[in-house]
Amino acid sequence: MPLLNSSQRHRVGFSLNGHSVEGDAEPRVLLTDFLRHEIGATGTHVGCEHGVCGACTVTVDGMLTRACLTLAVQIEGCDVRTVEGLATAPDRLSILQAAFRRNHALQCGFCTAGILMSLDAFLREVPTPAEDQIRDLLSGHLCRCTGYTPIVRAALEAAAELASRQPAVQSHHV
Amino acid sequence: MKPAAFDYVRASSAEEALEVLAKEGADARILAGGQSFMAMLNMRLARPKLLVDIMRIGSLDRIEEIEGEIVVGAAVRQAKLLGWDKLKAKLPLVALALPWTGHVQTRSRGTICGSIAHADPSAEMPLSLVALSGSVHLRSLKKRRRVRAADYITGMMNTARADEEMIEAVSFPVVAEHGYGFREIARRHGDFAIVACAAIVSSKGIRLAVGGVADRPEVRDWPGLSGSALDDALNRFAYELDARQDVHATARYRRELVRRVGRAVIEEAVQCHS
Repeated sequence: MPLLNSSQRHRVGFSLNGHSVEGDAEPRVLLTDFLRHEIGATGTHVGCEHGVCGACTVTVDGMLTRACLTLAVQIEGCDVRTVEGLATAPDRLSILQAAFRRNHALQCGFCTAGILMSLDAFLREVPTPAEDQIRDLLSGHLCRCTGYTPIVRAALEAAAELASRQPAVQSHHV
Repeated sequence: MKPAAFDYVRASSAEEALEVLAKEGADARILAGGQSFMAMLNMRLARPKLLVDIMRIGSLDRIEEIEGEIVVGAAVRQAKLLGWDKLKAKLPLVALALPWTGHVQTRSRGTICGSIAHADPSAEMPLSLVALSGSVHLRSLKKRRRVRAADYITGMMNTARADEEMIEAVSFPVVAEHGYGFREIARRHGDFAIVACAAIVSSKGIRLAVGGVADRPEVRDWPGLSGSALDDALNRFAYELDARQDVHATARYRRELVRRVGRAVIEEAVQCHS
């Protein structure tokens, strides 16, 4: 049970979107700031910094996680997934991302990274969701400009497309 | 909003965590799922010198049925209890209330015990534990003690926990053949409740627990009341809670919600009982 001293930076190794990475952080550094400033992964956005807005939502070991309510030192050895890991290649969009684009489900894009991470995790558990399930999930995110209606539409469209392409999807949708 | 500096220790057993608490006292705080406490740290409402992370202690991550109670360990996340296949059969009230606790994205990390440790007056888990006459299992290096939920919560975010103690588990009694109802009013689903009501109906009578109004969950027991006698009891309860006015709601609105939502959950529980 080593004590990590407050005034020192400590090495944190973890998996980010399937790749091993490491960086240094004082115990008080939040996962949001660690990802953005230390690792350089700026896809995860920082909003309210007290767990309400959902902009910083990522997954840690498969669990939906507010990165702003998580310490960098807590993710030692964990599997972290962020919005950068959704598309199969830099010039491609995932099925969910493409559905967002088609449906104008993003405007300024500030809340989008977190919403995509929530939906990506949720649609794997609930492949054929009802609209009210999507709306319940989205209650954990604040969007202040696009409006939720196109986001719900994009989510349902992506779910239908993913369900119809299940075998192909499973192989890259990991 | 960034937390002030602290040392960090990841405990590998409850004993290790308790040793730190025994040595550091009030300077050390337990970090579990972090869905309430990390926000307190970010806002610097809490400034401990040392955080003791208990989330990798396997022995605390258990849901067990022991002598007619469901014992939920300190590292059990809310999503785990919500996904427990026996929840609806064993703890119907918790099954009703837990979906109101935060959001999918916070229940995945937040713990049941952490919510009770935080003791927010409008939170659903403290309300459910008090309504069910459950208890809190406190442990220090020297001893273990059990405290009734109603005695554990001593005020708004104040509890009977001593500095060197941690919550090891909470236990919810399993009570068969009762009817249950739960509802709350919040500005957005998952936000803190303006008023939350839990009702338990049995052959002995009605129990109503209300959160979000007084500085802690409050409970009243009434023998089988109905009609205007029940309305009168609800009205008295609404005034006894001494509602405050804040940015979310006026005191008068809160009293009206106690009367109306209280009545609705009691009717729900009666229906579920019969």
